[in-house]
Amino acid sequence: MRYCSVASASSSAAQNISDLLRDLLLDAIDRAIINQLQKGFPICERPYQEAAQSLGISETELIQRLQAMLDDKRLSRFGPLYHAERMGGGLSLCAMAVPAEDFDEVAVQVNRFPEVAHNYARDHDLNMWFVLATETPQRIDEVLKEIQARTGYPVYNMPKKQEFFVGLHFEV
Amino acid sequence: MVLNDAEQQLISLIQGGLPLSSRPWAEIGRKMNMDEEDVLQQVRSLQERGLIKRFGLVVRHHELGYTANAMVVWDVPDDQVQSVGEALGRHDCVTLCYQRPRRLPEWPYNLFCMIHGKDRERVLEIIDELVETEGLQDIPHEVLFSGERFKQRGAKYL
Repeated sequence: MRYCSVASASSSAAQNISDLLRDLLLDAIDRAIINQLQKGFPICERPYQEAAQSLGISETELIQRLQAMLDDKRLSRFGPLYHAERMGGGLSLCAMAVPAEDFDEVAVQVNRFPEVAHNYARDHDLNMWFVLATETPQRIDEVLKEIQARTGYPVYNMPKKQEFFVGLHFEV
Repeated sequence: MVLNDAEQQLISLIQGGLPLSSRPWAEIGRKMNMDEEDVLQQVRSLQERGLIKRFGLVVRHHELGYTANAMVVWDVPDDQVQSVGEALGRHDCVTLCYQRPRRLPEWPYNLFCMIHGKDRERVLEIIDELVETEGLQDIPHEVLFSGERFKQRGAKYL
């Protein structure tokens, strides 16, 4: 039983102007597309037609709306999600403690590595958190050493030991 | 590598996204010199073997208003990680829940979960509710909100 809802993380009382503007831009059909297609997409000859049918719109409209949402960056990608480990690749979460005065420069150095998939600043002594995705598991250690050598700061490697839940889904 | 040459080519052709056209697999097939039906067969095989978890869209959650993105980390006694991890993972508000190694002395936390919300106050309330509901008052935790996002892209594999 899963009982607290991500959607409830929105507090209507605190909804500000930018929320209202965004809601106006994101109309009901776009919302239905986002909510449904995060769950999956048919694998068949005319997948857009099949998905459009269950949304009650035409194939052309679905394709145009997806294109528009990719163009204005509400969507990052439309396609496959791979299982990194089964593809034979390496995946890990890494963190660094970088002094404020060096932070921007180190962020640029770290992001230059093509293996860095995403990188967030977080408010903690360990203030830079990024995901490494490499072609082989062995490459993780090599890239870590390269990042340490390039930046001069230690990298803490925290690969997943056990997965309890993955259900990244954003209801809009 | 668990992939043959054609599969590697297919994966690299679609990893940036599926063509937004009526017959996307026929379009991919033209680039690979393969029939639409054979491409579909390959895609289904990759999915059955679990190499492709799913097809679908990946949102930029920040642009959709999920700007309060909290990584909540817990220092759970090793013999309780399983039960606490499973309990947290059952809550809808928890979008990811993983056990990871501690990095002592700097980092004592071994259980990580993500909570995405639209404002920080509400996310903190949700975390209080989690502590209360699951009886986690004795388990130290910290909330790391994300500040700036420097980079977000899908991982590239080939």
